[in-house]
Amino acid sequence: MGWFPSPFDNLLCMLLGISFTVWFTLLLVFIIVPAIFGVSFGIRRLCMKTLIKIFEWATLRIERGAKEKKHLLYKPYTNGIIAKEPTSLEEEIKEIRRSGSSRDLGAASQEFELSDIFYFCRRGMESIMDDEVTKRFSAEELESWNLLTRSNYNFQYISLRLTVLWGLGVLIRYGFLLPLRVTLAFTGVGLLVVLTTLVGCLPNGRMKSFLSEKIHLMCYRICVRALTAIITYHDSENKPKNGGICVANHTSPIDVIILASDGCYAMVGQIHGGLMGVIQRAMVKACPHIWFERSEVKDRHLVAKRLSDHAEDKTKLPILIFPEGELLKSGVHSSAIAPLARASGLCMWAAGIGLWEASFSPAFLFLGLSSGTCINNTSVMMFKKGSFEIGATVYPVAIKYDPRFAEAFWNSSKFGMVNYLLRMMSSWAVVCSVWYLPPMHKEEGEDAVQFANRVKAAIARQGGLVDLLWDGGLKRDKVKDTFKEEQQKLYSKMLVGAQEDRSRS
Amino acid sequence: QTYLFQYTFAVTPAHIKRLYKRFQALDKGNKGYLSPQDFGSVKELATNPIGDRIIGAFFSQGQETVDFHSFVRILAHFRPLDKNRAKRPDSPEPINSRISKLRFAFQLYDQDNDGKISRDELLQVLRTMLEMQVTEEQLESIADRTIQEADLDGDNAISFDEFRKSLEKVNIEHKMSSRFLH
Repeated sequence: MGWFPSPFDNLLCMLLGISFTVWFTLLLVFIIVPAIFGVSFGIRRLCMKTLIKIFEWATLRIERGAKEKKHLLYKPYTNGIIAKEPTSLEEEIKEIRRSGSSRDLGAASQEFELSDIFYFCRRGMESIMDDEVTKRFSAEELESWNLLTRSNYNFQYISLRLTVLWGLGVLIRYGFLLPLRVTLAFTGVGLLVVLTTLVGCLPNGRMKSFLSEKIHLMCYRICVRALTAIITYHDSENKPKNGGICVANHTSPIDVIILASDGCYAMVGQIHGGLMGVIQRAMVKACPHIWFERSEVKDRHLVAKRLSDHAEDKTKLPILIFPEGELLKSGVHSSAIAPLARASGLCMWAAGIGLWEASFSPAFLFLGLSSGTCINNTSVMMFKKGSFEIGATVYPVAIKYDPRFAEAFWNSSKFGMVNYLLRMMSSWAVVCSVWYLPPMHKEEGEDAVQFANRVKAAIARQGGLVDLLWDGGLKRDKVKDTFKEEQQKLYSKMLVGAQEDRSRS
Repeated sequence: QTYLFQYTFAVTPAHIKRLYKRFQALDKGNKGYLSPQDFGSVKELATNPIGDRIIGAFFSQGQETVDFHSFVRILAHFRPLDKNRAKRPDSPEPINSRISKLRFAFQLYDQDNDGKISRDELLQVLRTMLEMQVTEEQLESIADRTIQEADLDGDNAISFDEFRKSLEKVNIEHKMSSRFLH
């Protein structure tokens, strides 16, 4: 007697088969095909709106619940713990002395008093409790809860409905969205490699660049959908044109994909081995990117030359640069391709094939896209002036993420890359806005630093980000002594000036 | 445990939570305590001329580590004075009282803890606050003048009482307090 598949088994197989077919058809129709043509059904936006409403309800519910149970709500404040008074050193010290001195104000109240130390003491304490720079490097705290326990500290059992909602959220995110996204990521990367290699076989010409553009765009769009990124592009008339440099602020490794899915850029980076190298080599066959061998990276002049050559050639695509770079000594960090490689979750990457070593000098260009410290989205750290020395047209772009849906900030000292991508993929969505700013040129008599600051200010203004004077490298380096000297100078001006008056009279 | 804090240091539970988060953020490596290097990572502190002394204030009596309790204790010095607090005759002096704040500032000057600010100690402080901006003679003349004005018993040093007297009129409550945002 053979084994007869029972009618139940048959039914099961049929169901499985059907569901797979349906699944893939849906995938194709709703995601891949629109990606190819660059249209959108608007489903994601609809979901976004629904989600926002749910989040608001959830937050209100938590607050109500906490009040009922008299639990203390831990309210996040993005403005810091303490009220910092923005008075200057001079003002404060004068004030302290004024209150302490019974003498005539006009008289020698410019001299050192024992109470002067209060000012420095208090400032020191305040900075221990809360300082500007460290705040920038921790993820922004949310005012409303987005059903992700990782971003809210108040989650206790408040009501059944809320917990059910949260549970449902988890189910949807991990059971449905995550596998979907991983599949898409694989598809995207795979297609990119295969198609670019194919196109690379064609002879150089208009057809080739046309095709390569289409392919790049398509694959990046698939990757964008792999992260469910809902991007709003503003001012597309200012999109970077050939023969220029595109400069943007840098919050996460995803920045690359977001920008590249809307336009074609030439990327800059170091050639890696392994999977990333494969992707890089494939890409360069289809259109000219600037990849450096590791040995070439140390040669500043060569690097400079290649970049300026590329920038000057009007037929070549605009270079994409994130100037908030820093010196990286070790650790696997991202190049343009890394996000895609990570997306495929392959361990080869994680095994450290291709250590990124960018030799960066303040006088010169930081190579490579998304490398360097990631800054919390609320500020734009000092741009390294190097990118601005080349003298080509600069197209600034401002990227701002909406923190309600996913925390795009990558705290590289806390999480690894794979961890980060998984978090991204299991969040609801990545919502961001991209503003294309009008092109800027270096003006007469302006040096690279001033130009860089001008561009930075423009980007910060547009994105509503705070313009910080601190260097992004501060997170890892020690602060320079010049800042301390500034304080000392200010203080001594107060005192010594008075001394001189006294000796004269 | 928060109740203990609340009572002793006049800090609310919400503040404690925030301070604890801050403590954790400073504590690189999750050791559960802070060492001097952890403070060094605060950039604004590094630019403060007396930054090292402030860090030193956290590590009393040659200790190498600061636990959360001591962390809050030192920071509690800077709570604004609670004017509505009823004065109980047998209660200990609150940590953010005027006298307490004065004592804290005095210890910043008096590094060897002998109860007096000697001329040398004063010079040291002046040197860190002014470093290369003034000459040694100027520093010495400033120090001499300050001691002259504050020293009442003629021992060429400033004791805590003399310190307190010379700062009688200064609005310490305001100048040595940080207001928590709420």
